[in-house]
Formats: sequence, C-alpha cells, structure tokens
Amino acid sequence: MKRALALTIACVAAIALAAGCSRPEGAKTASQGVSGSIQIKGSDTMVNLTQALAEKYMATNPDASVAVTGGGSGTGIAAMINGTTDIAESSRAIKEKELEAAAANGISPKEFLVGYDGLAVVVHPDNPVSELTLPQLKDIFTGKITNWKEFGGPDAGIVVLSREVNSGTHVYFKEHVLNEGDSKGTEEFVRTALLMPSSQAIADETAKNRNTIGYYGMAYISEKQKAVKIVNENGEAVSPTLENVVAKKYPVSRPLFMYTRGEPAGVTKSFMDFVFSAEGQNIVKELGFVPVKM
Amino acid sequence: MERNTAIVKKSAGVKRKTARFKEFAWEKSIAVLGSISIVILALIFLFLVKDGIPLFRHVGVAEFLFGNTWRPISEPPVFGILPLIAGSIIVTLAAAAMSVPMGVGCAIYIAEIADPRAKEFLKVVVELIAGIPSVVLGFIGVLTLAPFVQEMFDLPTGLTAFTGAVVLAFMAVPTIATISEDAIYSVPREYREASLAMGATRWQTIYKVIIPASSSGILAASLLGVGRVIGETMVVMMVCGNAPVIPNTIFQPVRTMTATIAAEMGETVHGGDHYMALFAVGLALFAISFAINAAASGAVRRRGAGA
Repeated sequence: MKRALALTIACVAAIALAAGCSRPEGAKTASQGVSGSIQIKGSDTMVNLTQALAEKYMATNPDASVAVTGGGSGTGIAAMINGTTDIAESSRAIKEKELEAAAANGISPKEFLVGYDGLAVVVHPDNPVSELTLPQLKDIFTGKITNWKEFGGPDAGIVVLSREVNSGTHVYFKEHVLNEGDSKGTEEFVRTALLMPSSQAIADETAKNRNTIGYYGMAYISEKQKAVKIVNENGEAVSPTLENVVAKKYPVSRPLFMYTRGEPAGVTKSFMDFVFSAEGQNIVKELGFVPVKM
Repeated sequence: MERNTAIVKKSAGVKRKTARFKEFAWEKSIAVLGSISIVILALIFLFLVKDGIPLFRHVGVAEFLFGNTWRPISEPPVFGILPLIAGSIIVTLAAAAMSVPMGVGCAIYIAEIADPRAKEFLKVVVELIAGIPSVVLGFIGVLTLAPFVQEMFDLPTGLTAFTGAVVLAFMAVPTIATISEDAIYSVPREYREASLAMGATRWQTIYKVIIPASSSGILAASLLGVGRVIGETMVVMMVCGNAPVIPNTIFQPVRTMTATIAAEMGETVHGGDHYMALFAVGLALFAISFAINAAASGAVRRRGAGA
C-alpha cells in the first residue's frame, strides 16, 4: 500500500517534471491562451469524459494544464469545499448540507450542467431476464425479491451490486429508483448488496457472475454485460441508448454537473468555455453521454 | 601496516576520549530517535481522539460499537460498526488460520530441512512475494480467485470473506516465514546436536526441541503477520464484497473497518458526523491492534520467562 502510494507519487512527480520542462518551448509557439494549472476531481462516471476534454483542451492551450482524478461525486464536491480542487465533477446535484459546508468555508459553488447520462441496469449476458419495470427494480435493489425465478430466470439468488456511498450514481439510483424520486425517501439498498469501488468493478463482476445485477452510467456498457430494458411510464420497454435518453424515453437518466468554486476565472473559465464549445460537446457525445447543446 | 599500528598506539588516549564522546552522542541521538516514534504514536492517537470523540456527542458509544447497521449517508445516518468489526475479525482470523501454519512450516523447511541451494532459492522467492504490491494481489484475487471460489463452493458470488482471507494469508506468509526463520536460526546448535545425539529423529528434534525453543519468536512472527492482515485495506476492498452485514459463514461478503475508512473518507466533509464516525472507526481499529500487540508482547515475555 505504502509502496504503491510512493510509486504513484514518484510517477506523478516525474510526469509533472517532464511536463514542466517541455512547457517553455510550447509557450513560444502559442501566443494566445491562458496559462496555469487546475485540478478536476469527482464522479467516476465522468472521469473518462473529463479526461478526454482535458486532453483536447490542453492540445489547444499548451500553457494550461488540467489534472483529472476520479473518486466519486461526493469526493469531488468535498474536495472543492475543502479547497483541494478547482472543479468538481458530479453525477448528482450538490446537496443542501454540502452547500452549507461550502458557505461555512466561504465558497459559493457555481453549477454547470454539462450533459446527461442514462443509467444502465446490467445483468450477465446469459441471464434470460431482459426487461424490468421500475417497481421490480426497486424490489430487487431493496431486497424484497431475492431470486431470479420470480422474473422467469433460473432458480438462483440475486446478487445485488451497488456503488460505494461516495458515488453520485449510488445516490441518484437510491433516490430515483429505490425512493421513486423522493429525496427524503427512506428506502435503502438491501444490506447484503456488494458495494463495489468503481463502475468498472461492477462491469467486471457482472461479466463474470451469472447471478448479479448492477447499475452504472451507460458509457460503461459492453458486450460482456446485458443492459436490461426498463419499462417507462408509457409502458414501453426502453434500452439505454443515446437516442432514447435524448428523446427522454429512457426512465433512468440523470444530469451531469461540474461545480466551480465561485465564478470561474483564468484556466477554469477557459476550460468551462471549452466544455460548452461545439468541440467540447462533441466529445461529450463521443464518450456515450448526451450533450446539452446539439 | 606497522606504522599504522604505531600511530594507533600513540593516539590511543585521544582515541579513547573521542570514542567516549562518540558513544555518548550515539546513545543520545538513538534515545531521541526512539522517543520521536513514541511521540508520533501519541500524536496519532491524539489526532484520532480529537476528530473521532466528538461523534459521541450525537451517537451513544454502545450504539456505535454494538449497532448492527452502518448507513452513513442516509437521513438520519446510522453509525453502528458491529458489522465492520465482525468483518475485520472474521477475515483476520481466517487469514491467520491459513497463514500461520504455512508460514511456520515454510520457515522450518527453509531453516532445518532444505539443502543449501533450495534454501537460497526459497528465501529469494519468499522475499519476492513480500514485495508484491497489495493492489496487484487484489487484482489477481478479483479476476481469478473470486470466480474460482464461487464455482468451487457454488456460491452466489465469489467476493467473500474467505476469498479475502486467502489473499491476505498469501500476503502474511512472507512476514511470518522470514521472522520465524530468524527465530529458528537463533536456537543454539548445541540443542540440535544434543537432541540428535540422544537418538531423536530429525522430526522429533524439530517439534520437541526447535519449535519449543523458538516459540516466542514464532509467536511474535505470527502476530506481526496478523497485524499486517488486520491493517490491510486494498485487498479487502477489492475482494471481500464490502456488504456491511454480520456474516453467518465465512463464504459471505463482509466489509472491514479499513475498507470502510478508505472507501468513504474521500466523500466526507471535514468536521461532519460521517467524517468523525470514520475517525471513531479508526480509533476502534487502533484499540484492536493495540490489544493484539499488547497480548503478543505479554505472551512473548511470559514464555521468555518460562524458558
């Protein structure tokens, strides 16, 4: 653990050093643009997206550097409140409590809606269940129904996979599926739910284990998992696809936010402008999310 | 050479004085370094207390220690760490049950039985195992061991306390083996020779003479191994499933105290209840490892006195 940490620090230091050394040359060629470095932290759902945005952004603004890390929406927002990151990515809206904590630290977070994400509910590809209603999802994830045979599947226990509590996906799913949109609802994930440290961990476990059901942002869907169709209020069973999320047919989709510490300035402002440019929004779409400007 | 000796003789008085001063300087600096570690330990403890204790203004101590529900982000949050304690204990005990016999057996083989070439080779291998980063072992656990465990025992999921214990045992074996081996080496040769001369076989010598003679070292080695296991975080977070329930069997997922702190710390706002609760969990963990270490040194001292 310690060794791994030391190694990481060494790598980061080496990269920073290399980046620092190469910068002066770039500075001569780039006449326009801002300089400085910013930190972005938060949602694991958005980390690949933000990374792609940051790389494109840095290619056009060689004097600016953007460091992106994941950890979960709550982690990002907490880091912003604690003053250790410039932008927090979050797959849920900031909570009342977090706003209070921010105010106590003299920070007034500014919210930017950067895109939408469909939340896929996934099972093993061999699982015959391919369609579920929202009440059925609620029963599964709260532990009221514990066997696949209730849904015409094999006689096997359902293994519920959830994200850790620091995940915006966890919070969103709990609020919108378990509590049907009521943020004060009291329904909880079944206590035996396995809390996985990342969306990728849920994807891996679902790919290997026939009994599992899990959820994550639709950008993580691959052929190793089967995304279940979810029945919407019109009674249609809808797959989590870009078109269905855009058309608002898919019932479990959520906004993706970035929060800055107060009014953005400098690199932060220039980066946010890039996110909302045609190029930035195109990257949002390429990575499997729904852009806000089309 | 001769000239050197003459100089040494001539300056012997001066040398002795500087030697005495050096001795003094070394002694003091070592004493300072030694007390620094104690000071740091005390500071860590104070730090945990400072950030952990305020939680008990809102949550009862009994409710915290014996509550069997851990829902830190619900409204209202529930902080009951019994499932986490149970998770840590079950994983640690299972890992100890596997790693102590393996580690001690390995040490006996290396120290007493193996021929010199095998010995050198095994020592290198054991040291190599000790150098594998725990996250890599966790990765192997998730990708290969978990599916295997699931299939072998016909479980709903392979992410269980047992899986975690196997990986942790693998991590603890090098610690236990290396230190036990040192303890076995330090048994005087006369003991072996006397035993063999009295007609005891090699095996009888090992388990009637060598193991009892080195038992305090072996015990210390085992407890150090256990100490590594109870504090390990990455592996348990990756392979134990992290469900905060008190398991009925070892083949169920568990959430340990360490994994809870690591997984949730980033999310908390400094000074919030959840933040303080995690520090209180750290405090409980500190108390448990302190108890293990105290028991260990007590046992070692008693045995040392008995021998």
